[in-house]
Amino acid sequence: MTAAVLFENVSRHFGAVKAVDAVDLEIAAGEFFAMLGPSGSGKTTCLRLMAGFEQPTGGHIEIFGETAEGVPPYRRSVNTVFQDYALFPHLSILDNVAYGLMVKGVGKSERRKAAEDALAMVKLPGYGQRRPGQLSGGQRQRVALARALVNKPKVLLLDEPLGALDLKLREQMQEELKSLQKSLGITFVFVTHDQGEALSMADRIAVFNDGKIQQLGTPEDIYKRPQTRFVADFVGSSNVLSSAICARLGVPAKAASLRPEAIAIGTSWAEQLSLPGTVTARSFLGATNRVSVDCNGEKIIVASPAAMPVPEIGADVQLAFSRNDLHLMEEA
Amino acid sequence: MSTLATPAAITPNRPGLTGRLSDFLWKHPHVLLVILLGPPVLWLGIIYLGSLFALLLQSFFSIDDFSGLISYEFTLSTYRQLLSDANFDIIVRTITMAAVVTIFSALIAFPIAYYAARYAKGKWKAVFYLGIMLPLWSSYLVKIYAWKLILAKEGILTWAFTKLHLLWLLDGWLALPIIGGNSLSVSYTGTFLVFVYVWMPFMILPIQAALERVPSNLIEASSDLGGTPQQTFRHVLFPLALPGIVAGSIFTFSLTLGDYIIPQIVGSSRLFIGQAVYAQQGTAGNIPLAAAFTVVPIVIMGLYLWMAKRMGAFDAL
Repeated sequence: MTAAVLFENVSRHFGAVKAVDAVDLEIAAGEFFAMLGPSGSGKTTCLRLMAGFEQPTGGHIEIFGETAEGVPPYRRSVNTVFQDYALFPHLSILDNVAYGLMVKGVGKSERRKAAEDALAMVKLPGYGQRRPGQLSGGQRQRVALARALVNKPKVLLLDEPLGALDLKLREQMQEELKSLQKSLGITFVFVTHDQGEALSMADRIAVFNDGKIQQLGTPEDIYKRPQTRFVADFVGSSNVLSSAICARLGVPAKAASLRPEAIAIGTSWAEQLSLPGTVTARSFLGATNRVSVDCNGEKIIVASPAAMPVPEIGADVQLAFSRNDLHLMEEA
Repeated sequence: MSTLATPAAITPNRPGLTGRLSDFLWKHPHVLLVILLGPPVLWLGIIYLGSLFALLLQSFFSIDDFSGLISYEFTLSTYRQLLSDANFDIIVRTITMAAVVTIFSALIAFPIAYYAARYAKGKWKAVFYLGIMLPLWSSYLVKIYAWKLILAKEGILTWAFTKLHLLWLLDGWLALPIIGGNSLSVSYTGTFLVFVYVWMPFMILPIQAALERVPSNLIEASSDLGGTPQQTFRHVLFPLALPGIVAGSIFTFSLTLGDYIIPQIVGSSRLFIGQAVYAQQGTAGNIPLAAAFTVVPIVIMGLYLWMAKRMGAFDAL
């Protein structure tokens, strides 16, 4: 099957800055794909390369089997939901949504009908006559989504679309986007710096850093089996145990990652590994308590369920965890 | 612990006149507003608008043909005079010139403003502003006389055309009726060129300001949705730049309508509105007719703005 988006050794350099550096990537048709990374990691530039706003300085890009480098955005069946929505301020909501059909020469009544249907799909029926300035951030976000989807794109690109929304709205939109993608079957490529968002929505995630893909896999893979220290740290702040601690545990490895919630404070039973340490800080986070424990000069974070008693600062504790939760890493 | 180290939760009233005054103005902000706005509003209201209305009033009086004195009785006869063939020609000539100057200014200004707003960064932006503003710093008269020399039959333009073996082109242009003449410096073409040159900054700067406010992701969004560059210009860039173009055209149009120096120095001997006003209130001493002439640009600009608003030029504001 042809990949929706294919990157072969793609680079985008701005002078000496390697925004995207020799990236290989294959996004399957109908997939919900997330590109996750801190700002400046190259994820947005990758998205812009797919949209056609940027051209690669090296490598080869295909969209559904067709060469995409050198092709302007208006010739790609790819639509973008922009970070700050980029709605046309001088047009009504209906004209905004119908814009793509208008420039393609679809008749007035037909495109109005399609735009109204698209607005209904994003749960904004009857908003067509308003102006973008009259809508809230969440509503504008939906309009931007409708404006892109009305064109029935082969690939929908979303550039941190939920970044400007408050937490509750963001969670609601995450669910809606996910179910929309399922029902439409369109390939979604989603850029975010929020690991929770990527984990909860995507079929697969590419973690970016310094213009390169650090790891590509399912959310579970990325979360449970980070391959590099960067991924371990960025995706849910895993503890990275040094080779010295690994040796003490009887596990020979250069480094190993251990999730904060996989650790229990207290006595361990036979099949578990354990580490002694001293509590240095603790804070209440609602569902969990975040406890910092010093083990031989290395800081280990424990996410302890709120129902469990929390040791005092300075208390000596035993950290217990299963061998299965300890994930060995190639690099130190 | 010393008492100095811990400040009071609320410090006492500030001493002295300025302290009490600023406390008072903080409590009564509208008093501050009146103090700040009063003088300029009075200036605008009495000196500026007041004298304008006094002038307009003059246009409803008439001049006694025999004594040359103004008769202070309400009449529309001055307006009848304004619409006589000779005077109406002046109005049509001026409006046509103003319209052509405005259209060409906009056509030339747009690419320059677009470049400055979208591409010029840092040093080049400074070069742009300097290039646009520099001509405004030198005297208006000096520039016009310089143009008279450039456009004269013995001037550098004729010389350049000769050297390029293109003199036939210039001669052909000058042989055209109405816009031609003996030389560029005594033709409407010359007047037009100088108008376009002198008012150009007033067109470039508002368009540049309008384009600068257009986020670049709107251009990208249009392209993303399938809009070709031409469609993006027509449906996004131009409508969003329109308030700037209208603002610029208000300058070029009204400045051309009222100017009396450029057509006097460069151009044919036929009058423009500004020259007619100058002549009527000076040599002819016909203040009512001069006032009636000045009403023309005001009415035209009013109509122009009304039309621009109806066409949606300000919707994007």
